[in-house]
Amino acid sequence: MENLEALGKEASDKIAQADSLQVLDQLRVDYLGKKGSITGLLKGLGKLSAEERPAAGAEINKVKQALTEQINDRKAGLEQAVINEKLASETIDVTLSGRGQNSGGLHPVTRTLERIQGFFEGVGFETVEGPEIEDDYHNFEALNIPAHHPARAMHDTFYFDPTTVLRTHTSPVQVRVMENQAPPLRVICPGRVYRCDSDLTHTPMFHQVEGLLISEESSFADLKGLVESFLKAFFEQDDLAVRFRPSYFPFTEPSAEVDIGCVMCGGEGCRVCGQTGWIEIMGCGMVHPNVFKSSNIDTEKFQGFAFGIGVERMAMLRYSVNDLRLFFENDLKFLEQFK
Amino acid sequence: MLLSEKWLREWVNPALSTQELADQITMAGLEVDGIEPVAGEFSGVVVGEIVAIEKHPDADKLRVCQVTGGDEVAQVVCGAPNARLGLKIPFALVGAVLPGNFKIKKAKLRGVESFGMLCAEAELGMSDSSDGLMELAADAPVGTDFREYLSLNDQIIEVDLTPNRADCLSVRGVARDISALNDCALTAPEITAVAATVRDTFPVAIEAPQDCPRYAGRVIKNVDLSKPAPLWMVEKLRRAGVRSIDAAVDVTNYVMLELGQPLHAFDLAELSGGIKVRKAVAGEKLTLLDGSELDLRDDSLVIADHEKPMALAGIMGGESSGVSVDTKDIFLESAFFAPAEIAGRARSYGLHTDSSHRFERGVDYQLPLLAIERATQLMLDIIGGEAGELTVVDTEFLPKPSSVALRAARIEKMLGLAIPAERVEQILNGLGLSCEPTSEGWTVAVPSWRFDISIEVDLLEELARIYGYNKLPVKPIRDELIICRTKEAKVGLPAVRSQLVSRGYQEAITYSFVDPKMQQQVQPGREAISLLNPISAEMGDMRNSLWTGLLQALSHNVKRQQSRVRLFETGLSFVPTKDGLVQEQQLAAVLYGRRAPESWSENNEVADFFDLKGDLEAVLALGLDKNYRFEVGEHPALHPGQTANIYCNDVHVGIIGAIHPSLQKKLDLPQPAYVFEINLAAVTTRSLPKFQPLSKFPEVRRDLAVIVERHITAAQVLQVAKEAAGDYLVNLKFFDSYQGKGIDTQRKSLGLGLTFQHSSRTLTEDEVNESIGRVVDSLQQQLDASLRN
Repeated sequence: MENLEALGKEASDKIAQADSLQVLDQLRVDYLGKKGSITGLLKGLGKLSAEERPAAGAEINKVKQALTEQINDRKAGLEQAVINEKLASETIDVTLSGRGQNSGGLHPVTRTLERIQGFFEGVGFETVEGPEIEDDYHNFEALNIPAHHPARAMHDTFYFDPTTVLRTHTSPVQVRVMENQAPPLRVICPGRVYRCDSDLTHTPMFHQVEGLLISEESSFADLKGLVESFLKAFFEQDDLAVRFRPSYFPFTEPSAEVDIGCVMCGGEGCRVCGQTGWIEIMGCGMVHPNVFKSSNIDTEKFQGFAFGIGVERMAMLRYSVNDLRLFFENDLKFLEQFK
Repeated sequence: MLLSEKWLREWVNPALSTQELADQITMAGLEVDGIEPVAGEFSGVVVGEIVAIEKHPDADKLRVCQVTGGDEVAQVVCGAPNARLGLKIPFALVGAVLPGNFKIKKAKLRGVESFGMLCAEAELGMSDSSDGLMELAADAPVGTDFREYLSLNDQIIEVDLTPNRADCLSVRGVARDISALNDCALTAPEITAVAATVRDTFPVAIEAPQDCPRYAGRVIKNVDLSKPAPLWMVEKLRRAGVRSIDAAVDVTNYVMLELGQPLHAFDLAELSGGIKVRKAVAGEKLTLLDGSELDLRDDSLVIADHEKPMALAGIMGGESSGVSVDTKDIFLESAFFAPAEIAGRARSYGLHTDSSHRFERGVDYQLPLLAIERATQLMLDIIGGEAGELTVVDTEFLPKPSSVALRAARIEKMLGLAIPAERVEQILNGLGLSCEPTSEGWTVAVPSWRFDISIEVDLLEELARIYGYNKLPVKPIRDELIICRTKEAKVGLPAVRSQLVSRGYQEAITYSFVDPKMQQQVQPGREAISLLNPISAEMGDMRNSLWTGLLQALSHNVKRQQSRVRLFETGLSFVPTKDGLVQEQQLAAVLYGRRAPESWSENNEVADFFDLKGDLEAVLALGLDKNYRFEVGEHPALHPGQTANIYCNDVHVGIIGAIHPSLQKKLDLPQPAYVFEINLAAVTTRSLPKFQPLSKFPEVRRDLAVIVERHITAAQVLQVAKEAAGDYLVNLKFFDSYQGKGIDTQRKSLGLGLTFQHSSRTLTEDEVNESIGRVVDSLQQQLDASLRN
């Protein structure tokens, strides 16, 4: 049994020095396997007397136990090292960009339109669309703008022939709604409109959202309430100053222009508001009885109001765009700012 | 319209500052666009007189003047060509400060001492430019402070009037509104009928009674037009933006600005027989005061004598009958032309004058009589002469006084506020609308100057306007709750957009009108509708597809160093057909450049047809359960081998393809571009999902590789295979498409993955084999396919 100690020591040293799992496994086989040298010592117990045998067996098992534990520890250590090595080799630069498509974005006019539409749909307005090439009747006559009316000069109309035009506003859609549906009505008409005018502050095409509410009760006070709530919601500014100024549109009476306190300078006066502190933002008014008559709506029973919002103007104020013409150049450097 | 504040305050003078006054009328619907001082900031300028003048000894263009006006006669060196002996001028004394903080000091000009400066208008901030000294009237009091002399402490208020407020196109009109707003008195100049001192008249006949319901005329004999209009008048005209011409024209303009009545002065010697107010005969010619020669149309109203047209009625006078310095006798016209009849006439000749602007919108039909008296008196005062009898011709079309009923209940219902009766009456009376109480409210008489009041709501607007829009109540939004009935079968446009956005597309909005030449290249042979009056030739035709605008936008971006562009747009296309114009919503996209954004992780592969098709399919996938089909197609602007028609439930709804290499070259694109366009309606409807029970039994998958002629399409193979495979086929996909090495050059290999499954039992090996056998046989027989080894 004198070589048990030496054999144990030798095995223990080798285990401690094993630098791979294979080497370690080989050591396990060499010492503790079926034909291993420590196992061999156990087999040799038979040569000993029955008295000596238990003590010697216990000694050998003790060594075997210790070596097994040492191998397991070493194995765990080596396995951890393998994992660590694998992890180290798999380390990546997590600051590099992710793989795949960039996402695109909506045009700022669409984004603004959706925002406006969202507000009005939220309070029960239905969105309606219509043709952009219109007849003179729907674009003008039915809206109380007869031929040669001075208001036609305000419209700078594009013509295809004397009675076919590019709509100058989305109001003709409202006329079509009134022709086909009985009041009460609550609609908004978003879309492209066209005026024959092109300079720094005008593009020949732009977008409007026009709204119409007809019921038995709607008054100028309701109009003011709706418009104020909308503007405050749109600009997310509860203390936004809103004022109504008498104006003229052939299809409404009374008519009003709506000004808001300049959202750029907070009403202090700046380049955007022409130092006045106010920005003209939309037009509105009570629907003119002649418009109702064109659609056979009883003016004694029903009344209502209409309003019109210039979408580009809202977008410019909301996103601080300083040049209207950028909206239609479709330069990616511009568009990509509105993701 | 430009208004002198001082002139306005002669009429009505509330205790308000300039800004307060401007704010008040803005909030009453007369929008003030700007306020400008009539002259720059300056001091130390007096009325001076040149009492001696001689040439500068050392400078050809300078002269040495002796000028009175200051404490003593001052020597001033002056370069103005109009400096002359006896001329009265604005004289800036030493110590004066001119606009721009320009201080006048003693100076030496070419060796001659100069004490002060003789001024031109521009130097005093009274006009943008001037050539020479400002010449003052001969009776200007020398030594008087110049600001005081011309009353230069005045502002020009620019008012932007809406077309309904023609009654405010005069000092009197604006003053009337201000008087109502402040409930303060209106001070009008005294105007009395001028007594005739000669018996002369000139006959007037109205042959177009509807167009010209009233015509007043008067002869004024022996005038002296060498006399200029007085300074105060010229100054008032200047402040209204009207240039002084001669005293007769100045008076007519003055009265127009003051009262609102356009007038015309004829040289009586140039008129023959009498005035005929008539329609022109087509082809008649008339040369106007501005020199333009018109070929008249027969719908035009003219003021003619017994021989020929002398003026385009209510628009502009003729050159031949205009007054000049030699005119001895004047015929003065003051008429009422009906707005509805005259509207649009000026514009039809490309004209727009102060006169036509007013008549089209409506001039007080009672005003001609008052205005002609005012103008006559002013002329007599300025250019002398003797007034004849007034001739007035009225026709049955002269508007009759009218009235409008106003119901108290309606005020509250429409404005949301019951305005007390006394306040209602005060407002209306203040505006000159007299009212008589009735059982329900009032009967309101419409004054002759208000063309915008004919029904009850017009009165409501007046009440609201004067009461103040912002003092009227505001009601919060309130309503019964209504459940929104959203249609699940509708795919919203936002969903379509966001699908493309998430696949890297940027939304574009391009003009609906495009360059016809470019459109011809993009949609050769397809008709388009043209604008009569486009902004430019490059924006002349309506788009008949969205491609033209998108390709232009692509080209714009590629020219600006963008190497990867993905754009989409939704909107109407305008296609003329034999059944009329079709305006339909389309969805279109363009794809160009690398497949993926430049990145460390990507190779530099360029996107192709299938990238765009995949993106389109992602959109089509929103339209659940719809049968979409792509078939080989052709389009003159697309690549003949890379074009597909898109069908939805067998209806042609769109097209997708690579743009033709020749178009690519024309657009100067270094790489191919891919486009699609599809009817939006085809992707924005869908059916609701319907659940199918799940099978618990295993799927069996078999793969086949078949070789077919190259022209055989995957769709054909798919269809034959599906039909042959039988009921248990649940899925069929292509996992490979190959042509090249190892395969006949005329043929290609397609890899099909077939998945079988039964809903209530496990399929046997034999069943699957039998099905595969049928597929192979059918492909062989119908498409000459062979199995690949």
